[in-house]
Amino acid sequence: MKSRILGIKFFVIITIFVLSIRLFSIQIMDTDYQEIANRNVIEKAIEYPYRGLVFDRNGKLLLYNDPVFDLMITPKNVDLSDSLLIKKLLFITQREFDQAYLKAISFSRHLPSIFYKQLSNEKFAAFQDRMRDLEGFNINSRTTRGYAEIGLANILGYVGEVTQKQLNMDTTGYYKSGDNIGITGIEKTYERSIRGLRGVKYRNVDVQGINMGPFENGAYDTLPQPGENLVLTIDVVLQKYAERLMEGKIGSLVAIDPSSGEILALVSAPSYDPSLLSGRGFSQNFVTLQSDSLKPLFNRPLQAMYPPGSMFKTIQGLIALEQDKVQADEIVTVNSKLIGDHAPLGKYDMERAITKSSNNYFFKIFRRVIQQGELPSPFIDTRMGYNKWRDYVLQFGFGKILNIDLPNERAGFVPSLEFYDKIYGKERWKFSNIYSLSIGQGELLVTPLQMANLGVILANRGYYFSPHLVRKVGDESLAFSQKSSIEIDTGHYESILEGMQALVSAPGSRAYIPDLVFCGKTSTVENPQGLDHSGFMGFAPRNNPKIAIAVYIENAGWGARAALSTASLVIEKYLNGSVKKKWLENYVLKGDFQDAKPE
Amino acid sequence: MRSQNRYHIDTLSVIYFLSLVMLGWINIYAADYDLDGTTPFFDLNQSSTRQLLWIGTSFFLIAVIFILDYRFYDSFGYVIWGVSVFFLLAVLFFGKEVAGSTSWFEIGFIKIQPSEFAKIATAIGLAKYLSSQNVGVSDKYKLGLSAFLFLIPMGLIIMQGDLGTAMVFVSLILVLFREGLSAKLLFFSFYAVLLFLLTLLIDQWVLLFLVLALFLIGLGLFIKNRKALIFIFGLSVLSCGLIKSVDFVLNQVLKEHQQLRVMSLINPNADPLGIGWNVMQSKIAIGSGGFMGKGFLKGTQTKFDFVPAQTTDFIFCTVGEEQGWLGATLIMILFGAFFLRLLTIAERQKSRFVRIFGYSVVSIIFFHFAINIAMTIGLFPVIGIPLPFFSYGGSSLWTFTMLLFILLKLDSQRMEQLEH
Repeated sequence: MKSRILGIKFFVIITIFVLSIRLFSIQIMDTDYQEIANRNVIEKAIEYPYRGLVFDRNGKLLLYNDPVFDLMITPKNVDLSDSLLIKKLLFITQREFDQAYLKAISFSRHLPSIFYKQLSNEKFAAFQDRMRDLEGFNINSRTTRGYAEIGLANILGYVGEVTQKQLNMDTTGYYKSGDNIGITGIEKTYERSIRGLRGVKYRNVDVQGINMGPFENGAYDTLPQPGENLVLTIDVVLQKYAERLMEGKIGSLVAIDPSSGEILALVSAPSYDPSLLSGRGFSQNFVTLQSDSLKPLFNRPLQAMYPPGSMFKTIQGLIALEQDKVQADEIVTVNSKLIGDHAPLGKYDMERAITKSSNNYFFKIFRRVIQQGELPSPFIDTRMGYNKWRDYVLQFGFGKILNIDLPNERAGFVPSLEFYDKIYGKERWKFSNIYSLSIGQGELLVTPLQMANLGVILANRGYYFSPHLVRKVGDESLAFSQKSSIEIDTGHYESILEGMQALVSAPGSRAYIPDLVFCGKTSTVENPQGLDHSGFMGFAPRNNPKIAIAVYIENAGWGARAALSTASLVIEKYLNGSVKKKWLENYVLKGDFQDAKPE
Repeated sequence: MRSQNRYHIDTLSVIYFLSLVMLGWINIYAADYDLDGTTPFFDLNQSSTRQLLWIGTSFFLIAVIFILDYRFYDSFGYVIWGVSVFFLLAVLFFGKEVAGSTSWFEIGFIKIQPSEFAKIATAIGLAKYLSSQNVGVSDKYKLGLSAFLFLIPMGLIIMQGDLGTAMVFVSLILVLFREGLSAKLLFFSFYAVLLFLLTLLIDQWVLLFLVLALFLIGLGLFIKNRKALIFIFGLSVLSCGLIKSVDFVLNQVLKEHQQLRVMSLINPNADPLGIGWNVMQSKIAIGSGGFMGKGFLKGTQTKFDFVPAQTTDFIFCTVGEEQGWLGATLIMILFGAFFLRLLTIAERQKSRFVRIFGYSVVSIIFFHFAINIAMTIGLFPVIGIPLPFFSYGGSSLWTFTMLLFILLKLDSQRMEQLEH
């Protein structure tokens, strides 16, 4: 047994001895490893894919990729005493050099980071010749987004570097620090399709980081997959025209093809040049845009919320007709003003009430809708009537998002019973508290997109498709054929449309377009903060409609002026290809609506 | 007399233990250290900071071990073993699968790995059996039977898919050897391992041909010795069987990632971006250390994350790169002194139970030590077992600490132990 005990101890010692010998051989005898550690490092380089291109509905290129070259720095390899050449090549001062150098060091001494973003072509050429003399520097190529048109910023959006927060939320594990990602617009909503797939390239790199050629002749490399191209529903000619008309104003214009829900134009004013947010000046420009008091980054058609004003009377009419509270040809006499009104006293049927925008007519029929007269308590009776009415309003796409394929769409607001309970107390409110709703004022809030969608519903006499901006992703057409219908009899639409036609298609109206019968309704939206907003909603032509449109122009006064004029120009441009009424175009471009008096 | 000796802890072992844990922590700190110096000193995201917590809790475990009565392990030897086997079974059904192995229980945020506990329980169970049955030199049958005490947990752990941990139990052969296992059997075990490795290295048909050739030569040499002939014949048949079965095990039993690990031992350069990448980068890191090393916190290969799992299974890379051959060898000598001390402690026991348990402790820790270092320098496949007291991780540190201090507790009261 003694020998065995000794044997075990001997075994332990021998094992350690063998391990030590082996270490000796790889650490001291074999200098290869030392050399490999210094020289031969396999570097994994990410090959960035091209993002997909974006075209308008007629195949015009809107968004492409621009190659740019960044100067990268690996601080530990840089000889600081010899920074003259680099300063000369870049035309930068010692101070700027120091700043960029310190920034790179704060990231890492050993890993490359960007020293100078987006070299100009001349600078790039100069660098390429002198690269060998510049230890610690190398050039990295990548692409930025190039915008073919100045405009469409609110639609296209922009890309930027992925943030730490986004990285944490990325459950797919695709994104790595330094990647680009769509920040807003369709760049964001279609990020998955448009971004493509990264490739990987392995290469041998020496201690200076100089490329010594592909590793194993690229046997392990994968090629990047370019992103898919998008075809938008936007008609860029119409969009640019509408943007021009909206220049210098604050507001929105939305035009939709009623037969498909395809958005033809989506204008947010004021806007910005999207190329400001692509490339070298991003952070500086972003701060400027963000602090602009007119909020150019705010996508108004989806995010701005206004009361609908008189345009809402179309819905009030339809609901009252459907509930049989009024007949289209029933004469309602207005002989005293129960509510402020620009329409004269007199006899009204539905058509005339829409054309003249009689507040008192709609006050009366809204009272019939709300006060059902079925229950003894006026409070409970109002609750019941209000809830029925609200259900209809929601069907028109108000108070909820329409799921447009852009980020940050807002739902607007259609007050619920609970909302009024909170303000007045349960069963403490009745018609007299909420009558402002009859003329689209009060607590109601809608987005311009929802108003344009109302135009679609009226054009289609009762249904709409989800409004959207993209027709095709790659070779695949997107299906948005889901029809949303409103439970209102088609026959009820005619008297309303008749009134809308009489308002805008009469010779003498400034919106009149010869040989075109179309429908519309204006709003002069009460604005407690300042001048009233000018609003318009409509569609054209009346039969077989091709375009539905909504316009909001803030602080521009009467709806019949700014908004109606702008809308009629856009309709004419789209349907006729050109605008004959140059005087109206100049009137809109001048944009001087504020001192205008009602006609 | 008894009360004076009551808590006579072996000081030398404790000093070795503390030195190893401290050196281990320093190397985890170095492996995790960010060269840019941007990491705050106390940051729970740092492995080194969390390791401090594990070390702290280890001291708590030590206190518990010293409070428990020393007779507990002997008296409940089989119960402890049984409970651990029960948990190994249960984890097969209720465990959580992580990276191809089903070896964890997850209850809320607490994770329990029964195979770690099984190392301790098996050592206790084996000691209990071998001591109580009075098996040994005289009874080779019972000695062989005792192998089931570690073959059962081993089999269950293989079923979990954790081949590395299962292999640890093989080391307990050393205990059986000490207790009288025939040297021939040990020889056959080594022969089998050697043949196994050769099968991996050389084409099996070439090897079969070699066996046949040796058989024929033996036939010629010992044509008149019938006993020798039977032995040679038997050995040849066994060899052929082993060669064929290795092929079967490799292709049918082992999971894909385990096959790759075995393959990378044979030719780490074949697939340097796959599994061989670990071994190649580990060798580059250690090899670039030279005689004196690059100095504390100065390693480039480990710092730039070329070496994977550098705070856990590959912690020895940091030692090799930063402390060089000298530092690595000194640390191995420290380990060696520690093992020899534990062997001395085991041999001075009057109680067979404690002695056998002591040998088990040495075997298990020594196996981890030797295989872990061997795998970082490309002498053994990467089977993913930690370097005792060095590798980052709570459960492995706890296991080694408990093994060691149960032994030291029993040793401290060896004067009171009843002789079996």
